Formats: sequence, C-alpha cells, structure tokens
Amino acid sequence: MHFFEDLKVGQRRELGSFTFTADAIKAFAARFDPQRFHLSEEEGRKSLFGGLAASGWHVGSACMKLLVADGQRQASEAAARGEKVAIWGPSPGFRELRWIRPVLAGDTISFASEIESLRESSSRPEWGILEARNSGTNQRGEPVYSMLAIAFVPRRNKSA
Amino acid sequence: MRVDWVEIVTKCGHNRASRKMSPAMNTLLFEDFKLGHLGRFGPRHVTAEEIREFAAEFDPQPMHLDEAAASRSLLKGLAGSGWHLCSIVMRMMFDGFIGRTASLGSPGVNELRWLAPFRPGDEIMLEVEVLEARLSRSRPATGIVMFKMVASNAAGQPLCEMTSPIIVQRRDAAAVEGG
Repeated sequence: MHFFEDLKVGQRRELGSFTFTADAIKAFAARFDPQRFHLSEEEGRKSLFGGLAASGWHVGSACMKLLVADGQRQASEAAARGEKVAIWGPSPGFRELRWIRPVLAGDTISFASEIESLRESSSRPEWGILEARNSGTNQRGEPVYSMLAIAFVPRRNKSA
Repeated sequence: MRVDWVEIVTKCGHNRASRKMSPAMNTLLFEDFKLGHLGRFGPRHVTAEEIREFAAEFDPQPMHLDEAAASRSLLKGLAGSGWHLCSIVMRMMFDGFIGRTASLGSPGVNELRWLAPFRPGDEIMLEVEVLEARLSRSRPATGIVMFKMVASNAAGQPLCEMTSPIIVQRRDAAAVEGG
C-alpha cells in the first residue's frame, strides 16, 4: 500500500469484477437482509427491482472484498521491490453511498476506486486523510454503485 | 395522536383478533412513521466465528481474522469488519421493523461513521430514529422515510451510526394510483 505522499487526486484503480449468482444473493440475504425481493426471483420480479436483486450491503461488501485484494496486491508488489509497505488505518466511514441501479442475479459488476481529495490530519500529523470515490458498473456499462470512502493513510516521514 | 412503535407492536403482534385480518393490517406504511424515536432493538450477540467467517469472505484483513495479528493492529484485538457491522445493523433493522414494513428498498446511505471496533462477545443494541418523512414526487404511491440508526455495545459505547432513506408504500397508495 502507498504512503500519503505517493497519492494524487485523480489516481484511479480498476479493482476487478464480482459476479452475483442467484445462490450468493439469496445466501447473503438470508443472513443479513431477508427482504422478499432479495430471496425470491418471483418476488424480485414483482418489486421495483424487476428481478432477484442483491442486498445493497452485499454490493458494498463485494466492493470491499475487491478493495482489500487490490491493497494486498499493491502491498506484495511494494514488498517485492524492497519498499517499505504502508499500513493504512481503519476507515472512519463513508458518505454519499448510492445504490444507483439494482444488481440482479447473474450481473457482473466491475469496481473502481478514484481519489477525490487528500488532506493532512490537523490533529494527528502522522496521518493523511483520503477520500476516494468507489464505484461499480454492470456488464452493460451502467453505473450501479457509488460511494465516497474515507481512509487514514500514514505519512511517509512521520510514521515510526 | 402520535402512534409509536410500541403501540404498533402491541396492536399487531399480541392481538389474536388482528391476526385473522388481512396481512396488510400488520404492515407498517409510510403514514406510520412519525418524526422522533422509533424503537430500540436487540441485543444481537456477536461471535468470533462469525467475525472470521464474514471477514474471510469479504474483508480478509488480519485484524478481522487472526487474534495475534489483531492484537498488534491499531484495533488492539480481534474486531469485526465495518461491512459486517453494517450487515448486522441491516438484519437488526429487518427484525425490528423493516420486515413488517411495506418497504420498496433504499436508494443509499447519506452518511455512515464507524466509531469504535465491534468485538466477539458484544451484545449489540440498535436505536432507530425517524429524521424526516416526505412524499415522493416521482412515485406518488410512496413516501421517503429518513432513518438515523445508532448501534452500540452493552457498555453503551456507540459503534456505528448512519442516516439512510427507505422508500415506503403509502396507505392510500391504491387511491393515488387509481387517480
């Protein structure tokens, strides 16, 4: 993972894609979001979604899965080059999450993350604060998911 | 007169006569959501196994998977993924009121803050408040209810809070559609 000084507004990472099978949609929904349109094709068709739709929390969790995999890929590449690997802090949250279109059974969503803003933390000088727009697009190129994630990123010269 | 959640539960859940009526009588509609406190739900017990299981699938970072690595991390001990906590909050909302609400889904989340790690053994409580309720302009048969949710542990420490709208069917939806 990068240090704060290595990051620039506008940098974009393609995170890869995730396919939402009917079985995975129903299994997630049964555990966390058992609304009828997430559990049954028939109920999904009758709903505003027009088909068996993934829980929005399933979509967000799938994006997180790809973000973590991308971060781990970057960390191992940095380690292979003999660079010091930055360990990012826990996220304080996010804003402006939009489930723009339903994610239906069989859809494959490609996720990306683009840096929107960078600022130094006034209270904790060893950290910078990053805001990144994480987004998802379906196989027809239609946006389905967008959110503004916030993360603490260590500063190169201030970290121990 | 203000009808709060407790009264709705009393009327619908524990009244045998109401069970014989149409299921729609048990359903919460837009008009049932008044500004202010809606309810307190839980506790929801959290296990180390489910924290590791969710993390393995969606957020495989060491502090969510491994006790030793977690104790060296900024979270100072095994802690669940923030997305796991969101998903637990969703389930608590479903069990608390959304499962009985004529919900058409949610367009998103305005803001979410992860305030403290959640841990194995936590007993999560959820406070729900209605911040705003307005009619939808694009879908006249529905209204939009803005909720604020705060999840806390048994010590009363807030773990996460979020504001999120849900689209809910109106009681007089049939009349609106007919007109």
